[in-house]
Amino acid sequence: MSESLPPDSLLSVRDLTVTFPTKHGPVRAVDSLSFEVRRGRTLGIVGESGSGKSVTSLAVLGLHANARVSGSVILDGQELTGRDERELNRLRGRRMAMIFQDPLSSLHPYYTVGEQIAEHHRVHFRSGRRAARARAVEALAEVGIPEPRRRAGEYPHQFSGGMRQRVMIAMALACEPELLIADEPTTALDVTVQAQILELIARLQEQRGLAVVMITHDLGVVARVAHDVLVMYGGRAAEQAPVDTLFASPAHPYTRALLDSLPRLDDDDDEPLRAIPGSPPSLLAPAPGCAFAPRCPRLAAASFDGERSRCETERPELDGPTGPAGHPVACHFPAYEGISS
Amino acid sequence: MTTPLLRVRDLTMTFPGRRARSAPVRAVDGVSFEVATGETLGLVGESGCGKSTTGRMIVRLLQPTSGSIEFGGRDIGRLSQRALKPLRTELQMVFQDPHSSLNPRQTVARIISDPLIVQGAAVAEARGRAAELMELVGLIPEHIDRYPHEFSGGQAQRIGIARALATSPRLVVADEPVSALDVSVQAQIVNLMERLQRELGLSYLFIAHDLSVIKRVCDRVAVMYLGRIVEIGAKEHLYKAPAHPYTRALLSAAPLPDPAAERTRERITLLGDPPSPAAPPPGCTFHPRCPKARDICRAEAPALRIAAAGEARQVACHFPESG
Repeated sequence: MSESLPPDSLLSVRDLTVTFPTKHGPVRAVDSLSFEVRRGRTLGIVGESGSGKSVTSLAVLGLHANARVSGSVILDGQELTGRDERELNRLRGRRMAMIFQDPLSSLHPYYTVGEQIAEHHRVHFRSGRRAARARAVEALAEVGIPEPRRRAGEYPHQFSGGMRQRVMIAMALACEPELLIADEPTTALDVTVQAQILELIARLQEQRGLAVVMITHDLGVVARVAHDVLVMYGGRAAEQAPVDTLFASPAHPYTRALLDSLPRLDDDDDEPLRAIPGSPPSLLAPAPGCAFAPRCPRLAAASFDGERSRCETERPELDGPTGPAGHPVACHFPAYEGISS
Repeated sequence: MTTPLLRVRDLTMTFPGRRARSAPVRAVDGVSFEVATGETLGLVGESGCGKSTTGRMIVRLLQPTSGSIEFGGRDIGRLSQRALKPLRTELQMVFQDPHSSLNPRQTVARIISDPLIVQGAAVAEARGRAAELMELVGLIPEHIDRYPHEFSGGQAQRIGIARALATSPRLVVADEPVSALDVSVQAQIVNLMERLQRELGLSYLFIAHDLSVIKRVCDRVAVMYLGRIVEIGAKEHLYKAPAHPYTRALLSAAPLPDPAAERTRERITLLGDPPSPAAPPPGCTFHPRCPKARDICRAEAPALRIAAAGEARQVACHFPESG
């Protein structure tokens, strides 16, 4: 697979499948997912609860102890799946780092933030206490925490939500990783603080040429920060495109319906919102065909029974530029411009 | 103007400090507004601004420290729980998290009919009404004997709405009713609430942090910051030409689902975090984050006053934006 990778590709995920054993049988949370993340660029992964977006990021880092993971995850030419914990530990935090939605639960309450960042540095660089401590203060300054020397001696509970997320980013970036995975990093924050954090990530990306994976349910956040977008639904990729293409010509009926259903600041409010019926699918009993078929407005309007049975029985694959705008769409009947969904 | 359905004057809520000697926290500080029959007023602001506390005082889940709450021309701010009981039929609440606000051990029939039984209805009659309400909110009445966990998030929120409507209220306080729901489900609930308002002539006090949802459902909007209303007015005025620097910053911080617009739009990024209501800054509480702050802002709290002649909009700022 690697022969066709672009030269600036940093992370390449191929046919990633993650299955959890449960009381009710195996649940396939992510199903044959493939994507590429390039240096200096941000891939936005958008999806709702149960879409598999967070499971994907944890699987990339090899953080699923009890799941069956198959497929391949290649970081800068090195295959990560099947590696043992010791080797993964050397890469995690060092070459790829992750930040989460709730910084308070990811920080240790008993250690000062300076100690936590410094420890991270010492583990990966075997640096001395003093050097690691200095690096921690530097890292706090870099993410815009005022009085970094003093704040390094404080505990997580002494920081506000936005400042805690800055601490997480400082910790993630202290070892100069090349890949940053951010899983809903601003969902728990107020909108004015969210804007600060998104700006910070963008600035650090520019300075360091970081590759970023931004996982979110918020299409506004994706529009603001992403260069490329992967839309997930029911554990599978629905559509993948450069950000402008995705928003200007969404080809998967789910993407279209989602964009149509949003209340918007930049629009009149005369008509009722075009709501999508039903709820996101349960992974316990996946439909045999397209996961979106039960809610698909295009399918509901289809007059030809053959189309219906194809969507309900045959799973659409995301391969090749099948969409009208030349990007991959996992739909048997992707929407074309001018034909309303 | 006729008497509004709800008129709130100088509403204040002070919580005691967490420790014996720490200062009390003024979560809501002199809030005044009105809601007319059939109208939706949006309360918007960031966490800790007092919007939920305000909603909870209005349905009297909290007893206000001072101020008045006139509902249907009568001050209910000081009524005892017993005196409030008949009024509870007219004032209801919808909560953010549909699953945690429904008792997991009760069937839907019980959940929806309980408010009616409390008010003296017979069980069989209440059950019949519960089935009607399920149909009204888009649930299948045959599911009446199911438990909350058997429903999705969106369906559970419909149950919460049906329960609120059981006693035919005139005012519903909805506290973040869609923010716990999946994006693809939010529009269903927004549309449902709009339809119910048209059909039943309801008034809403709609509390949310999401400016686009507020814009969608509200006629008028009040923006809160640190326990106070900083701007209140008709939706058209407030969104087209925000007068308070905080309203402007909020609107410009909200990401638009439009990458081209995101690249070109002007963005005001506020510094710092919202301050703690336990230690509010002196003068205008917004001044430490305000790009326009001057000396007077640090010394004197601005009163809420009419922003421009001919507009009902009010703004609490020494230097409001004009036009």
